[in-house]
Amino acid sequence: MNGADEMISIQGLTKRFDALTAVDNITFSVKRGEVLGFLGPNGAGKSTTMKMLTGYLPITAGKASVCGYDVESRALESRHHVGYLPEGAPLYGDMTTRAFLGFIAEVRGYSGAEKQHSIEVAVKRLGLEPVYNRPIETLSKGFKRRVGFAQAILHDPDVLILDEPTDGLDPNQKFQVRELIKTMASDKAIVISTHILEEVTAVCTRAVIIANGKLVFDGTPEALASRSPTRHLDDVFRELTTKH
Amino acid sequence: MRYVWVIIKRELGAYFSTPLAYVFICIFLGLSGALTFFVGNFFERGQADLNSFFNFHPWLYLFLIPAVSMRLWAEERKTGTVELLLTLPTPTWAVVIGKYLAAWTFIAIALILTFPLWITVNYLGEPDNGVILTSYIGSLIMAGGYLAIGSCLSAVTKNQVIAFIISAVACFLFLMSGVELVQSFFQGWAPDFVLDTIRSLSFLTHFNVISRGVIDLRDIVYFASLIGVFLYVNTAVVDLTRGA
Repeated sequence: MNGADEMISIQGLTKRFDALTAVDNITFSVKRGEVLGFLGPNGAGKSTTMKMLTGYLPITAGKASVCGYDVESRALESRHHVGYLPEGAPLYGDMTTRAFLGFIAEVRGYSGAEKQHSIEVAVKRLGLEPVYNRPIETLSKGFKRRVGFAQAILHDPDVLILDEPTDGLDPNQKFQVRELIKTMASDKAIVISTHILEEVTAVCTRAVIIANGKLVFDGTPEALASRSPTRHLDDVFRELTTKH
Repeated sequence: MRYVWVIIKRELGAYFSTPLAYVFICIFLGLSGALTFFVGNFFERGQADLNSFFNFHPWLYLFLIPAVSMRLWAEERKTGTVELLLTLPTPTWAVVIGKYLAAWTFIAIALILTFPLWITVNYLGEPDNGVILTSYIGSLIMAGGYLAIGSCLSAVTKNQVIAFIISAVACFLFLMSGVELVQSFFQGWAPDFVLDTIRSLSFLTHFNVISRGVIDLRDIVYFASLIGVFLYVNTAVVDLTRGA
């Protein structure tokens, strides 16, 4: 362990649903400034790992901590340090963007001028001004995703966990989200799950691949590419995730 | 608690930002009025009291309260927002209580809006306003009992219709346990203390006492412990069904 820079620490993390082992003894850590691409085929256990890390799902075995706080025994403290965008970005459709972000800010402990400021910063960062007073259910998919994003960064968290943040977005929107992630990367630890490989070379400083709940690769995107003679990420990915 | 208050505000806002609140209030006022005048023979009785109004409350609540409570958790689970909610830095019990109190406040608003009846009866005669006040309090407390059952059962399923039906049935059993129909089923073979226990669980028995204008500590303790138990189970159910 190298002290304060280690923002996320996962040791022997395991999740079993009855007979199915969704996540099988995974160990890795993420430092400040790192953008970790969390890769794997659909159903590999990416979302399950993220759900345990954010305190949504109980852990079967092993340990996970965020900023030194165990996600189970110090759940509330660890959640204060995490911004989470769940898969599909679920939101309260009947609320306006303004009301929704106001609610999140209040739950996060902001009030008054501080609350306004945190909302303004997030709205500006994600370009939500045009939809600020509209009900979320009337927004386009891209805007909904951005509202979900705004909710996750509202409290300027040390750790950002984004479950398929670009899934279902058009190429322009994907580009925007990636640019946003890059601008936030320097002072945070960011974990992005995806099954789109181009994403890894575009934004990530490190890649972790899991297949059938097991960790099969942990290294830089370059190291990942160099494992294939063709230097195509697709080939390496297929090789790593199908032989198990 | 700050969290509880923030949740109450959001939930109450959600009622009034959708047609739900207005539909519910209109139907509640319409039905309770119709029952009072046409079935309860408010005028023909020639008595200056609101018994013909309050007597129908246990039956009215039987299907109106599950209609309010069914969405409390089932909807969050269906849309996935429960994941957002439970990964915020709030303890689960605070969310359960916040949602519950918001729904209860909403019912209280509907109940308060029946005040024209109170004005009518005061205009026509000289009723015992103390009795009317305790009846209102008793009705609200009984609504709280129904609501706790409904909230708890709403967390069991993702399907609001199922939540509605099982809540209505559970409330029906609690309501009827003091009535001849249920009692005669046990009479003859069950020992007296079982009969007494079942009878003492009945909403009707306790509500009848309060609506006569008597606030007995036993009735308050009964409803308070019923609400406490169901909200405790509710919290446990929410935690157990995470991710399910």
